[in-house]
Amino acid sequence: MYAYILRRLLTIIPTLIIASFIVFSLIRLVPGDVIDMMVSQHDIGDAEVTRATLEKAMGLDKPIYIQFGAWLGKIALHGDFGDSLWKGTAVADEILARAPVTFELGLIALTIGLLLALPIGIYSAIRQDTIGDYIGRTVAILGMAIPAFWLGTMIMVYPASWWGWSPSIKLVPFSEDPIGNLKTFLVPGTVLGFALAGVTMRMTRAMMLEVLRQDYIRTAWAKGLKEKVVILRHALKNSLIPVVTLIGLQVPILVGGTIVIEQIFVLPGMGLLMLEAVNQRDYPIIAGVMLFIGLVVLFVNLMVDMSYGWLDPKVRHK
Amino acid sequence: MPQLLKVRNLQTQFFARDSIVKAVDGVSFDLNEGETLALVGESGCGKSVTAMSILRLIPNPPGKIVGGEIFFQGRDLLKISEDEVRDIRGNDIAMVFQEPMTSLNPSLTIGRQISEPMEVHKGITLKKGLLRAKDLLGKVNIAAPERRIHDYPHQFSGGMRQRAMIAMGLGCNPKLIIADEPTTALDVTVQAQLLELMKNLTREYGTALILITHNLGVVARYADRVNVMYAGRIVEKGTAHEIYDDPRHPYTIGLLKSVPQLDQDVKTRLVPVRGQPPDLSKVPEGCAFYPRCDFATERCRKESPVLETVSGNHEKACWIDVK
Ligand SMILES: Nc1ncnc2c1ncn2[C@@H]1O[C@H](COP(=O)(O)OP(=O)(O)OP(=O)(O)O)[C@@H](O)[C@H]1O
Ligand SMILES: [Mg+2]
Repeated sequence: MYAYILRRLLTIIPTLIIASFIVFSLIRLVPGDVIDMMVSQHDIGDAEVTRATLEKAMGLDKPIYIQFGAWLGKIALHGDFGDSLWKGTAVADEILARAPVTFELGLIALTIGLLLALPIGIYSAIRQDTIGDYIGRTVAILGMAIPAFWLGTMIMVYPASWWGWSPSIKLVPFSEDPIGNLKTFLVPGTVLGFALAGVTMRMTRAMMLEVLRQDYIRTAWAKGLKEKVVILRHALKNSLIPVVTLIGLQVPILVGGTIVIEQIFVLPGMGLLMLEAVNQRDYPIIAGVMLFIGLVVLFVNLMVDMSYGWLDPKVRHK
Repeated sequence: MPQLLKVRNLQTQFFARDSIVKAVDGVSFDLNEGETLALVGESGCGKSVTAMSILRLIPNPPGKIVGGEIFFQGRDLLKISEDEVRDIRGNDIAMVFQEPMTSLNPSLTIGRQISEPMEVHKGITLKKGLLRAKDLLGKVNIAAPERRIHDYPHQFSGGMRQRAMIAMGLGCNPKLIIADEPTTALDVTVQAQLLELMKNLTREYGTALILITHNLGVVARYADRVNVMYAGRIVEKGTAHEIYDDPRHPYTIGLLKSVPQLDQDVKTRLVPVRGQPPDLSKVPEGCAFYPRCDFATERCRKESPVLETVSGNHEKACWIDVK
């Protein structure tokens, strides 16, 4: 198992380097670079001299692969992700300050998504073709069809204009006021979770139906077990493997979702950081955030792989 | 021997969009305590459905028990509540299923699966259940049972899984075990060992056994009584002796010719019953065996024969007097 994890980690490294290089180069190709921004903001006039000095000062005059090499080298050797071009602060500090918000949002969204998807999916399967099943399936389709940004915007706009209520956007640290903190995350988390729930619900239902047809489920009934036990002990675990795979595949979607949702609900997470950085062409921050997100996604996939061992004894014994 | 099971006119059907499959169509039989009854017939004749009906395990939809009575120790299983049948399943009546490879749950240990019925019906803890599971695995001749209870099904061979299934069935000391083709998927030597094992264990515990098979040859040594099924009905029943030595239904005679028998000259040719079993969604009027029968008459085509006494408890459903 450890050998396996190590092997997986080693294969991750080239993937990350290539992905980083793509982001690193592409962001520099976006029209209007950081110099243009600085020059126009500080109103220093577009003299070639200042451009050149600025470029040189920020190390942007060198070819991209040299810049990339230097960036990578610093990370590998010193764990130094560089500094923000605008604020001069360390990129690592910026990310670490914002990451908890995004993680909390992602985690709450995932939890709400699963709390919706698993019970409804299971119910739909064991009561196949009843009214309850149809309602469940409709909910699933809505979840897949309604974009999170649209739903989020509607929730921000309409309740406010109808009843003068809008979701709280004031973020208090969890350590100071856990309830207030969770309240802020509840609405955005639900919006994002609902979007994830649709696919997961359908998958859970389909897998559950498949498993319920198996011979060992008939054996379980023949033992005189209650429906609850047959479903939860005998069927659920066996139908979870593809569902877990799906959850792993959804993590990148979740990350994309948090960026949009953070903007709608003004949550100061990595998504907002990223957006600000893109607008200001703050290259080190963009590259750092991308690398960080890549690491998280790959880590989650590793966890998913490892959970197969728990779910499927055949994998465990290999 | 007191009577244990009395099935009367059992009818189980499956409803498809535009047809009704009469899988079991008026089956009646009796079984005494400690007795072994073989239920024999070709694939698709309704043996498994009969067995599943006894425990009310017919998936609904598409299936439904549409008529009849199943008295178990005097109680009609078709009239009691779902909770009451659940108390009987795996406790008074246990089932051993036909596919050893797929009938065990791949993600639970063998020990857990054997212990489960005892936990539910006898109220013992998992810890005690595992101890019992170990003893039971020993009883069905699995080596190193104390280690094996922690194994998962994929670590067992087909024959071992079937042994584990038998152990699972024995756990609660049931009055009746229904073994649905317990050995079909296994090779011949293992088949014989397992049947021998079941016979010894049921004798030891005084358990009645319904042995479902499509091989008349196998059951000769193991069954007290034999019911021959064809197209959802019993067409002949009697003691194993009567069925083997004095078969009266053309189908039984055909079946006997189609399987090797213990006392048979090796040179005797095996002849399969000609033709195909009927589609149970459109069984013709008259005798269902008519199209395949060598003795068929005009009457057989029009009128469906009912079970008639040949002698004692030996009965057959055939208009012709074949000897
Ligand atoms: N779940 C089901 N849905 C629809 N039809 C079914 C179902 N189960 C059984 N049947 C039908 O009932 C009939 C009897 O099936 P059954 O399984 O009892 O046969 P069998 O005698 O056990 O055969 P085998 O020796 O192959 O196990 C078959 O025609 C089958 O098509
Ligand atoms: Mg069968």
